[in-house]
Amino acid sequence: MSEVIKTATRDAYGKALVELGNTDKKIVVLDADLAAATKTGMFKKAHPEKFIDCGIAESNMMGVAAGLASAGYTVFASSFAMFAAGRAFEQVRNSIGYTHLNVKIGATHAGISVGEDGASHQCCEDIGLMRTIPGMVILNPADDVEARLCVLAAAEHQGPVYMRFGRLAVPRIFDENYKFEIGKGALLKDGSDVTIIATGLMVAEALAAAEKLAQEGVSARVVNMATIKPIDRGIIIDSAKKTGVIVTAEEHNIIGGLGSAVAEVVCETVPVPVVRVGVEDTFGKSGPAVQLLHEFGLDAENICEKCRKAVKMK
Amino acid sequence: MDAATKRELEIFACKERLLLLEGIFNAKAGHPGGSLSIAEIMAYLYNCEMNIDPKNPSMPERDRFVLSKGHAAPALYATLALKGFFPESDVKTLRKADSYLQGHPSMKCVPGVDMSTGSLGQGVSAAVGMALAAKLDNKDYRVYTVLGDGEIEEGQVWEAAMFAAAKKLDNLVVIVDNNNLQIDGTVEEVNSPYPIPEKFTAFGFNTVEIDGNNLDEIESALNAAKACKGKPTAVIAKTVKGKGVSYMENAVNWHGAAPDEERYNIAVAELTEQLKRLEGAK
Repeated sequence: MSEVIKTATRDAYGKALVELGNTDKKIVVLDADLAAATKTGMFKKAHPEKFIDCGIAESNMMGVAAGLASAGYTVFASSFAMFAAGRAFEQVRNSIGYTHLNVKIGATHAGISVGEDGASHQCCEDIGLMRTIPGMVILNPADDVEARLCVLAAAEHQGPVYMRFGRLAVPRIFDENYKFEIGKGALLKDGSDVTIIATGLMVAEALAAAEKLAQEGVSARVVNMATIKPIDRGIIIDSAKKTGVIVTAEEHNIIGGLGSAVAEVVCETVPVPVVRVGVEDTFGKSGPAVQLLHEFGLDAENICEKCRKAVKMK
Repeated sequence: MDAATKRELEIFACKERLLLLEGIFNAKAGHPGGSLSIAEIMAYLYNCEMNIDPKNPSMPERDRFVLSKGHAAPALYATLALKGFFPESDVKTLRKADSYLQGHPSMKCVPGVDMSTGSLGQGVSAAVGMALAAKLDNKDYRVYTVLGDGEIEEGQVWEAAMFAAAKKLDNLVVIVDNNNLQIDGTVEEVNSPYPIPEKFTAFGFNTVEIDGNNLDEIESALNAAKACKGKPTAVIAKTVKGKGVSYMENAVNWHGAAPDEERYNIAVAELTEQLKRLEGAK
């Protein structure tokens, strides 16, 4: 087996923006003094005439993005998830969501895997916040291949999109044949005892968990849910029917994120147990990203444990 | 401006006041004070200043207007209706459940509304984005935005101001409706934004102070804005809140309350009298 390629999804974001800049699409990229970290710096270097630094003023940046979009631009507005979804929430809601303008929010440094910067910068609330805005599309890619496809799909989508990227290099899961479609979950592995529905960097952990569970005789089905909104109801209902129990896995607060979205569908359609793996309603802390992921239970081991528990609930 | 033009604009402003009050009266809710204060500004912008076409409200080359103080929506709707963007008779459907005329402006459903506003501080950023788009596209259109003097207590306004000056957006005109009153009292009592001109000047704006209910002064301020290169312009327009209706003038309680029938009739009588006088003098 060849060596596993590891890339942060934020790097794929930067590269995909450069790629978009090379087309004749009328795009402009905004950042709030974080171009080096969000990787929009790559775009700035390649297409300086289409890049605007808004400085440390995310609220204004979202409004400027709305104004540019109203004049026909497809606008990518970037910052850390904490500031894009958190600080500027109401600007996103009123100037971008309510107007349904073509603004694509590129939010990097989402989740605990920010690492050393600590809790002030570890945004585990963004999916929950964005999910309550009508018409907002939320994409949370699992690797660099999917991240690129998310950016390209967002550019084609009419209306606002929130894209969630990570700082930490994560293993590549998909190859060049992988197809991404907004609103569609992807079945990565079939199974009959339990379904693990995962998003973002937890997809690789879900696949690892499924392998481990197989050794114990538990057959786990694995679904990659890169689109959190609109959620793929079909694949959730199928999974509930086939395995009778679901475990969700996300690098986000267990309140308001993927687990909530899946539970909402399950409760209203095929009510089976749903067990959530995520940040358990607590703030993060400083430390090396990988160590923190383990400490907060965002790993294959915890997914396995929750799957064992879930299977018993049937 | 010549006397005839001025008279026409005064008549327009007076009709605007009658129409916006009709909307608020029928809605039994809305913001008359800050709508009445900007009637002359709206009249000048939509009749003399802006390149707009009521038959083609989304014309790409049009000048843009953003009512950042979105609660003055009745003034915007009355202006747009008088210009023919939609029927004047629709204004009385303001705020009704089956009307497209939302309590605060929505670009999704009202022809001529360039940006949805209402959450204070946000419209100005969108206006800045529009002005930036014109620069990126090498287009000549200009962008006008009206803010409340209470609204500039919002930090986002100053983020937008800093950015507009840094990007040298000389196609942007920020008009502050300085009527000196906000919901909880005078702006000084609540959280003084004064001195306003000095603040905008310090942020890098070309700053002009005028009587915002005086059409000649509005004209000269907007001409000065066009002549100024390399800087956005801030027009600090001192106005009378509730202007044109005796009992509403400078009265804080008319910020966000609709008149009952008796008071509405008084307002209509006063404004009709003003209109007759203006039309008689033609």
